Amino acid sequence: MSTLVEKQQLKRHEQRQDRDRAKAAKAEGWRRRGPLLPALIFTIIVTQLPFLFTLWYSLQNWNLLRPDGDAFVGLRNYIDIFADSTFRQAALNSIIFTLGCVFAAMVLGIVFALLLDRNFKGRGFVRTLLITPFLIMPVASAVLWSVSMLNPSYGLFNWILGLFGIPAVDWTSSFPVISILMALVWQWTPFMMLLVLAGLQAQPKDVLEAAQMDGAGWWKTFVSITLPQLRRYIELGVLLGAIYVVNTFDQIYLMTAGGPGTASANLPFYIYQRAFLGFDIGQAAAMGVIVVIATIIIATFALRLIFRSFDVKD
Amino acid sequence: MAIDTATAPASAAGRSEKAPKRGRRPSSLLTVLTWILAIGFFSPVIWMVMTSFKQESAAASNPPTFFFEPTLDQYRAVLEAGAGSYFLNSLIATGVSTLLVIVLAVPASYALSIRPVKKTQDVLFFFISTKMLPVVAVIMPIYVIAGQLKVLDNIWTLVVLYTAMNLPIAIWMMRSFFEEVPGEVLEAAQMDGAGLLKTMRTILMPMVAPGLAATALICVIFAWNEFFFALNLTAAKAATTPVFLVSQMTSEGLFLAKLSAASVLASLPVVLAGWIAQKQLVRGLSMGAVK
Amino acid sequence: MSKGGLMKLGRKPDSGRSDGRSKGRLLAVVAAGSAALLALTGCGGAVGGGKEEIVVAIVSNPQMQDAINLQENFREQHPDIDVRFVSLPENEARAKITASVATEGGEFDVVMISNYETPMWAENGWLTNLQEYAETTEGYNPEDFVPTIREALSYEGDLHSVPFYGESSFLAYRADLFEEAGLTMPEQPTWDDIRRFAKELHDPAKDFSGVCLRGLAGWGEVMAPLNTVINTYGGRWFDMEWNATLDSPEVEAAVTDYVDLIRDYGQPGAATSGYGDCLTRYSQGNAAMWYDATAMVSSVEDPESSLVVGKTKYAPAPVEETEAAGWLYSWSLAIPAASEHKDAAWDFISWMTSPDYIKLVGEEISWERVPPGSRLSTYDIPEYAEVSEAYAEPTLDAMAGASQESSMAKPVPYTGLQFVGIPEFQDLGTRVAQQISAAIAGQKSVEEALRQSQRYAETVAESYKTGER
Repeated sequence: MSTLVEKQQLKRHEQRQDRDRAKAAKAEGWRRRGPLLPALIFTIIVTQLPFLFTLWYSLQNWNLLRPDGDAFVGLRNYIDIFADSTFRQAALNSIIFTLGCVFAAMVLGIVFALLLDRNFKGRGFVRTLLITPFLIMPVASAVLWSVSMLNPSYGLFNWILGLFGIPAVDWTSSFPVISILMALVWQWTPFMMLLVLAGLQAQPKDVLEAAQMDGAGWWKTFVSITLPQLRRYIELGVLLGAIYVVNTFDQIYLMTAGGPGTASANLPFYIYQRAFLGFDIGQAAAMGVIVVIATIIIATFALRLIFRSFDVKD
Repeated sequence: MAIDTATAPASAAGRSEKAPKRGRRPSSLLTVLTWILAIGFFSPVIWMVMTSFKQESAAASNPPTFFFEPTLDQYRAVLEAGAGSYFLNSLIATGVSTLLVIVLAVPASYALSIRPVKKTQDVLFFFISTKMLPVVAVIMPIYVIAGQLKVLDNIWTLVVLYTAMNLPIAIWMMRSFFEEVPGEVLEAAQMDGAGLLKTMRTILMPMVAPGLAATALICVIFAWNEFFFALNLTAAKAATTPVFLVSQMTSEGLFLAKLSAASVLASLPVVLAGWIAQKQLVRGLSMGAVK
Repeated sequence: MSKGGLMKLGRKPDSGRSDGRSKGRLLAVVAAGSAALLALTGCGGAVGGGKEEIVVAIVSNPQMQDAINLQENFREQHPDIDVRFVSLPENEARAKITASVATEGGEFDVVMISNYETPMWAENGWLTNLQEYAETTEGYNPEDFVPTIREALSYEGDLHSVPFYGESSFLAYRADLFEEAGLTMPEQPTWDDIRRFAKELHDPAKDFSGVCLRGLAGWGEVMAPLNTVINTYGGRWFDMEWNATLDSPEVEAAVTDYVDLIRDYGQPGAATSGYGDCLTRYSQGNAAMWYDATAMVSSVEDPESSLVVGKTKYAPAPVEETEAAGWLYSWSLAIPAASEHKDAAWDFISWMTSPDYIKLVGEEISWERVPPGSRLSTYDIPEYAEVSEAYAEPTLDAMAGASQESSMAKPVPYTGLQFVGIPEFQDLGTRVAQQISAAIAGQKSVEEALRQSQRYAETVAESYKTGER
């Protein structure tokens, strides 16, 4: 950081020598940029530099278990990936997890938020109960779901189903994706709920009252007034939720280990397996690069969406 | 973007007090429904806590055991298994990384809001895009580099990574809080002849302080709960609480009660923090949109 | 705790500013905070100044947990060495240990590996040669190790890891229930016999399964028992020309029978149950038979954890075409070449694998829990001979008979019984295991699973056909 300061001082020095206005503007630019640089440089070093290594690894035939096999193979790792049906399945699972979780959590979140946006006894307490799943450590919640809730022999779920005469289900083997989704939705619903709640409470109440005066029903008020006003909050929730959920690892690692087979592996988990079980660094790196590229493409659209909603405000 | 803040409601804190008034006449049916849903949604947590006070045989029984004599045996066992050093590691990784995030994010978000640099949107885009990149894509290089630098199983490695992990979100959040500060207030202060420094100290910081707390809380939650880096980059000396939890999952599978006790202990700090600071949580999460 | 501090900091009116001075102040706060935390860790970590700290990575099987519980004894003997354990389930432990050793990351001073890794890693120069340590340590007596195991852990005649326990596989069955049902276990059962018995005793309504078999994906999990079935059915992974043969009729017959047996008469949740789950199930009295590692006896016959003590008899691994079918495996301890505390590491290893340790377990915990199959002298201890009457002989017989000659119908170009002794197998085996596991879960047919497996195996074989010939 000291070099940054020096640089800044150097700039100031130059500026004093030269009274040119353009230079002054430049110095002003640096003064504005200065506070930003530490964070920017730190982020670039820690997140972007390793990615350059990943790019390099992805062009190598490098299996950790064979110390001799470190050779440049060009794009072969990439070609292999496109022939790998498991990779496609993992990509599909990533999408299912992300869309499924974000959608279900958002719907539930809206319901909870609407219920909470009323005056009733114990409202604060109920809200406290509802936000808790978001605060529970994901590793703990994965254990809770896979063992205490969904275990085929003594899980709470099968016991409850049994009360209705439904035979025991082996959740994590028979419905691995749904099992993981349950845990994910449970974790992310509070997040969506809090966002929507903030949106509901920011509604100008005169509009609502006016609508009620006009005799509009609850549903009509909700669809025509509340929902449009919530749009930005919902978009934000979808964006932030998707950013985190797409990288889900803990629940998969602990609940199904991507199984049975690779039925519930998403891309992060599959790449992790290629790297830390297969030790095929070249292949894992190539998968990482593909995922990054795909993410950038999707993110550009997603961000445009969210920026558009910011622009509307401007 | 910063200008329209004047038309927005003043603060989230004030709003939640107003909210009840807006609610319709309390309908007892809806209230009962709300309670049932909330308790149903919360019940896994209740079950986890209950299990943690059971003996192992009652924890894995079919049908489930609802009435039992509570015991602290499992908590004792967890503490005897050396949970302390893992907690300390989590505390360091969470605390120091959150401090670092704040130190880096406050000036950066200042430069992206109050006195914005050119290309603010590009910079913001860059920060948030690093959040979208899958960490798994960089874990191998990080592992290899850390191995060569001899900083594997070192808590400061986690501190650096957690800082990088939370920094983008923190910058976004802090920026939105800076933007909440009405431009007129700053102008007025400058008219009065207050220097930049004094403006900041007397006007800016008090106004964003709740936002700062909200940001810190979010960083704490994500850092405390982080598992992937901890799993791959630590072994014994720097392992954090989530790793401790996993290490309690022996191949024998007979230790559900102990595992639940460990889960409760591991989750407790963040759950308590979140409960106490609910308003900050709402503010933090709804970032820019809440203006 | 940390949160409170941060909140307070957040409210400080002068914290975090873009100009130099106040940033300096905030930095000072951070520095002070970090210093305090450093001091805290310092206090926690360095309890006696000049202590040497070693990190031991082990698999969290019950016998290893016993070692952790007995570490006080090691401390008394070596007060200057501080041991920290990393204990993880098998798949996770393997991932961490392999990554660390292969990249010479140096996190671990002692690692638990097996006879699969030892020769390959020794060849790569990743392991410390332990022969001299073993020979010069008083009372250690490496000649006492079970010969098949000692050989499997040596590279160029020198030990590169030492056995903590050794095992083969056999069949545990509930003699009491067999008698009740009027069934007799033949001296050498076949897989057809097992299916017949399982059908007879299966009772899902009472949560009781006819047989328990591993189904969890992982080459060290489902593939271990399944490979012995493949071997005895006359199947193999590769023929002598390194052609992958996972789609051969023999392999398909073996896998089909194994999968059907589990699906028809096996435990619920089979696709995610490994050694530990079967152990729990069988020792809680919820299964009539269990084909698995001989090391199971330490837990099955332990009254503390098992409800079926004394009710179990042991039969040799079921066969089809061959005369024997057991596997050979040893969890062993090694010192990575990158370790900086080799002498201290050896002090620990020699403690955990010495004849004295076996006596220590017997006296401190119980004789049933003694790690079996590592040393011949274990079987001469009178107390152990007494408790192990039912299984000492089956165990030693199984281990002595575990060779490719007796357990495989056709010659193969690789070493190993329940594994293929090539570095790629860890990955290949796990990927194939994932396919099998999916078949057990009913998500694909055995045929589909094997077709995909064959493709994986062909890719691996490619480099052996071209590269190594």
